[in-house]
Amino acid sequence: MFLSHPNHKYILGLLLFLIGLPIWASTWNICSDCKHSSIKKTIAIANAYDTLLIQKGTYREFEILVDKPLVIKGIDYPIVDGEKKGEIFRIQSDDVTLDGLFIINVGVSYTKDNAAIRVVQSKNFLIQNMVLEQLFFGIYLEKSSHGKVYHNRIIGDAVDEYNSGNGIQLWYSTDIEVLKNHVQGTRDGIYLEFSDRITITDNVSMDNLRYGLHFMFSNNDVYSNNTFKNNGAGVAVMFSKFITMKNNAFRKNWGTAAYGMLLKEINDAEIIGNTFEENTIGINIEGSNRIKYTNNDFIGNGWAIRVVGACYTNSFKANNFLYNSFDISYNSKLNDNVFEGNFWSSYTGYDLDKDGIGDVPYRPVKLFSYVVNRTPETIVLLRSLFMDIIDFSERVSPVFTPDNLKDAQPLMKTRP
Amino acid sequence: MFKILKYSFYDLIRSRWSYVYFLFYLALGFVLLFLNNDVSKAVITLMNVIIVLIPLIGTIFGVMYYYNSREFTELLLAQPINRRSIFMGQYFGVAGSLTLSLVLGLGIPFVLYGLLRSNAIFDFTLLLVTGAFLTFIFVGLSFVIAISNENKIKGFGYAVLLWLFLAVVYDGLFLMSLIIFEEYPLDTFSLVATALNPIDLSRILILLKLDISALLGYTGAIFKKFFGTDLGFLVSMAILLLWTILPILGLGHKAKRKDF
Amino acid sequence: MTIEITDLYKKFGKNQVLKGVDLTIDEGHIYAILGPNGSGKTTLIKSILGMVIPDKGHISILDKPIKKDWRYRKQINYLPQIANFPPNIKVKELIHMIKDLRNSPSAEKELIEHFGLEPFLNKKLSTLSGGTKQKVNIVLTFMFNSPLIILDEPTTGLDPRALIHLKELIQKEKARGKTILITSHIMQFVQEMADEILYLLEGEIYFKGSIEKLLEQTGQNNFEHAIAAITTTGNHV
Repeated sequence: MFLSHPNHKYILGLLLFLIGLPIWASTWNICSDCKHSSIKKTIAIANAYDTLLIQKGTYREFEILVDKPLVIKGIDYPIVDGEKKGEIFRIQSDDVTLDGLFIINVGVSYTKDNAAIRVVQSKNFLIQNMVLEQLFFGIYLEKSSHGKVYHNRIIGDAVDEYNSGNGIQLWYSTDIEVLKNHVQGTRDGIYLEFSDRITITDNVSMDNLRYGLHFMFSNNDVYSNNTFKNNGAGVAVMFSKFITMKNNAFRKNWGTAAYGMLLKEINDAEIIGNTFEENTIGINIEGSNRIKYTNNDFIGNGWAIRVVGACYTNSFKANNFLYNSFDISYNSKLNDNVFEGNFWSSYTGYDLDKDGIGDVPYRPVKLFSYVVNRTPETIVLLRSLFMDIIDFSERVSPVFTPDNLKDAQPLMKTRP
Repeated sequence: MFKILKYSFYDLIRSRWSYVYFLFYLALGFVLLFLNNDVSKAVITLMNVIIVLIPLIGTIFGVMYYYNSREFTELLLAQPINRRSIFMGQYFGVAGSLTLSLVLGLGIPFVLYGLLRSNAIFDFTLLLVTGAFLTFIFVGLSFVIAISNENKIKGFGYAVLLWLFLAVVYDGLFLMSLIIFEEYPLDTFSLVATALNPIDLSRILILLKLDISALLGYTGAIFKKFFGTDLGFLVSMAILLLWTILPILGLGHKAKRKDF
Repeated sequence: MTIEITDLYKKFGKNQVLKGVDLTIDEGHIYAILGPNGSGKTTLIKSILGMVIPDKGHISILDKPIKKDWRYRKQINYLPQIANFPPNIKVKELIHMIKDLRNSPSAEKELIEHFGLEPFLNKKLSTLSGGTKQKVNIVLTFMFNSPLIILDEPTTGLDPRALIHLKELIQKEKARGKTILITSHIMQFVQEMADEILYLLEGEIYFKGSIEKLLEQTGQNNFEHAIAAITTTGNHV
């Protein structure tokens, strides 16, 4: 199954290999007043499968090419200072481990995507416990596979989109685990392009200029238990298939063009158990089909779900919609999506037979949201008495909103 | 004028209705704060109430006061007092006491709750300022209507119609013109249409100060660009002020010419 | 001359109420303004008070034109027909307030005693009966010392005792050289009080003169009948 990743096996293999062959795997100590004071030079003379221990200190080096299998490990977070001159680490070999370094000052370039760590056409890499600051791109994986990016801290200070890079970028890479990282203040926190079978788990991506997480043309990926907070626009999932999104939290993406999650041309995805809280738009859906929305919580958003363009055969079941200004917004009179067994905080029906399901269907589309979709300028009438009256009358007898767009089995109490 | 104002004001702050009004706001403030536990959210809910209720109550109170004190007004008219002073005094008495009920009624629970230490204090102040403006505007308009109509029922009807127009019908016409002319750029139009109606203007001013303004999207951004600046703020305050002054001038004009 | 009115016209809508009233009122007399309903009595009084603004014509009070000036009202004490006061104010406060507004010396104490209003001083006006309100009204009118007094239906709601007090009061004021204008429907009261009768009909002064002159002109010996007969005799001033 595409969910399970084989790279644990490789790491184990690597470890066994190192332990099993101690005779010709040696350890190099690097410190500012040692015999070996330069990372670059030490790599050049080291043999494959050696270990480099970098002692505490500051190393002013850039364009460090790792072209053989090595373990490069920092002791007490030595600082590697690129002095804004260019890329800092470039890994171009299988079986490389980077661990515990504090990398700063990546050179900003308008022609080259300089990264703190770039991995090129390599397998079985492990990048862990790194701290990256004052960066352009953070960790850039290029045509690589079967690696792991674990427990790194990437703190950018991006101000403008045009001269900032992404925190973790995957390009034509497959079978990679991105685990427990913290990314903030970059352009896109995590960016995937043409990357399949990626697992993204337990990361925190916040305060990024554009998206917390951004998918383009990437299939069969899973992201779960991540927190996306206060990003410029939220999370964007575009032109991808078979994405599973589970138990993530999308919070506080407020702004005129912000949303918790943007789905564009997404098919056959599953969105389960996520929390969308206080976003301008919880989920913005555009041309996305066969998506299952189950057990999600939409709390205090401007729009919980905003459907733009044709979206077919989606199902919304057992979600909680709590105190959103608009629960669902639709721009067409056609509805091919199913709403069933959700809880709607603005539901005012009754349950005479006490089975926990309201006896009157709930219509989640307000006329106002329909009008706003047609003519966006009408939003200036938000919270006016007139709109409240119109919404009420539309709810009583729908004229403009899709007649079959309703939850025939609204829950009386929130889904636990 | 100040003597009349003083007496009208005393008369009103002792009336049962002022207390009802005051207690209503007091209760509203307490309920919102202690059920919601969130000053910013309470401000939003209050906005909804204020935008609808203040104009309505200002209108009804103004008309009622004018007609109820008609004989007393005649008594005053025979006294050596300038005519305009009599009506201005009564007007400011009514508007002032209503404003006082509003400010105290909402202010007390918020101050007790710890508003002074909260960031929402500016939003709240804006809320009270626009509330005060709306009170003065609608009491003024209702006075003009009342002074122009000897018939109590007619005057009352016109005043309520005016409220209905500005609170509901105006927005309906606004909405319709937005939809009919959706092909055209509507930003300037909606900006102007909003600024022309004191209720809409107050609503937008408050909305823009709140988090919820993000919902306004692109249009909101344009509004924010205008109203968010010092100039825009001054312009909108000036418009509200104009809306306050025009009925007062109208009242003065009518008062000078009217037969009693 | 206390009041001088020349060529006064007033129209309410299509209804021409005053059609060129010319009138002079001299100092120190009591004038009763009479006339059928809708003859323009109240309009005339209100024009004098500046409450109604005439379309045409000229009014002078104490030799000063009243147009665009309100200070002359300091010279007038006016008792309005319906005494409807702010309901939430106490009697004491109302008296105080009118005093405050007029800013003139006043003699309300004696009057309050006279009409037995002491027990009501601390009551709100809304709790008073019509008669008591009228007494308050009278106190408010007579407590200032002004040369011109205008009384619109002063007897309304008064008990006999208060009525006697009122008559005494009017006589006393007359004795002090005041000019007094009265409208009333109680002919007995008019007969008793008035020196001169002004009879208004269809917006014009139809008769002006003493009661004796009226009786003589109409050939009646009863005042009430004389008034009723005044229009049929066709005697114009």
